[in-house]
Amino acid sequence: MTSLVTAAAGADAPGAQPEPRLVSSRLIYFSSVSGNTHRFVGKLGLDAERIPLHPTDQPLRATEPFVLVVPTYGGTGGAGSVPKQVIRFLNDPQNRSLIRGVISAGNTNFGDNYCAAGDIIAVKCKVPHLYRFELMGTTDDVARVTEGLDAFWTRLSQNRR
Amino acid sequence: MTPEKLKLLDHVQAINWNRIQDEKDVEVWNRLVNNFWLPEKVPLSNDVQSWATLTPQEQQLTMRVFTGLTLLDTIQGTVGAVSLIPDAVTPHEEAVYTNIAFMESVHAKSYSSIFSTLCSTKEIDDAFRWSLENENLQRKAHIVMDYYRGDEPLKRKVASTLLESFLFYSGFYLPMYWSSRAKLTNTADLIRLIIRDEAVHGYYIGYKFQKGLEKVSEEKRQEIKDYTFELLFELYENEVQYTHDLYDPVGLSEDVKKFLHYNANKALMNLGYEAMFPSSVTDVNPAILSALSPNADENHDFFSGSGSSYVIGKAVNTEDEDWDF
Repeated sequence: MTSLVTAAAGADAPGAQPEPRLVSSRLIYFSSVSGNTHRFVGKLGLDAERIPLHPTDQPLRATEPFVLVVPTYGGTGGAGSVPKQVIRFLNDPQNRSLIRGVISAGNTNFGDNYCAAGDIIAVKCKVPHLYRFELMGTTDDVARVTEGLDAFWTRLSQNRR
Repeated sequence: MTPEKLKLLDHVQAINWNRIQDEKDVEVWNRLVNNFWLPEKVPLSNDVQSWATLTPQEQQLTMRVFTGLTLLDTIQGTVGAVSLIPDAVTPHEEAVYTNIAFMESVHAKSYSSIFSTLCSTKEIDDAFRWSLENENLQRKAHIVMDYYRGDEPLKRKVASTLLESFLFYSGFYLPMYWSSRAKLTNTADLIRLIIRDEAVHGYYIGYKFQKGLEKVSEEKRQEIKDYTFELLFELYENEVQYTHDLYDPVGLSEDVKKFLHYNANKALMNLGYEAMFPSSVTDVNPAILSALSPNADENHDFFSGSGSSYVIGKAVNTEDEDWDF
């Protein structure tokens, strides 16, 4: 279960893990090779970074507060819902400290598990689950998320002052 | 009709699951295996009392809907998924199609479990006779079967994805409707398992379709796109007729059509195309949507709220073991 050993030991492959690449985008996302979430993020037209697919790829480390966009995997009961790559990304304490919200993708056909990855991350990281959309999102989803993110960042910056 | 020989692979090599060309094959195989279920595990007999509260007209509608779904699952199990095997580009893709084909046969059989639990033999026979005689149901079957027999792998995948992600939904509407009224809830549980499977099937076949598209010319891509929308329109028009045949007597046709639009959009997205129906006609009855997924309503969107609330999802017990914090 939960390991007490942190960060450095988090690397799951033996041998040298590449040093993280520092990224300052306010939108960070994961998308598998099927690319639904990638398409959705592309439609937002915002500066965004994609979490790499493979354990041997150079991982990302955020340097600014960001919102995470993540698809839901699996089918039942929560297990396996959050992609491994996203877990690995959030196991970096700096990434965890800078996440401000999560947006999730899914398919209502998965019932209870619809967008479960967003729920799980929201609880684990104590951030709001901002929005849910299906597959690669509709034009309405794109409009709502664009406006919503804008308002969200404005509010956060006001609160900080 | 001249008997056709099923096209088979010319050459088969022993499948090596330790050499993977496309990780999606393994991921989807695992997901399908984890989702495996059988109708015998669902306590359908608990619906007997509820069934008795339906009017004879509602019972007849329900049986007709289920024979229609049985036909589609039969096609997909014995022809559709099997026809995709010779087009597969990896041996693991072939294996996934065999899994899909088998599961479709499980789905087809599960409707018979529902029937034998709830209905008399005569009623069952009448419903199957209706499915043979209903023009729009038969046309739907013919349209799809024609494409499966064709010689274009990409078009076969389009037809298959539209079947998995669109054509089932005029039927799936009804058990969701009953479930939203606390009727036939065990039957609805079984149908939700089918709905979940079809989502994985549509996603996977749609993904393989998109991979195939990457390999053809821009001209061909445009041709396939035009073809996709043409086929969708042809199926849609027929589906609207079919919906009226079934649901006019109970006054639900307009509600069902919204569900059709909503799912047609999802079918297109599975194929990598933009949604076509605008949100003004995809506003599915919230009761139906929440029968499908309890957290699909707008209340779950932080952006849609006043913004003052700080919505955090409900705790979910994960069994993921590699969270370090």
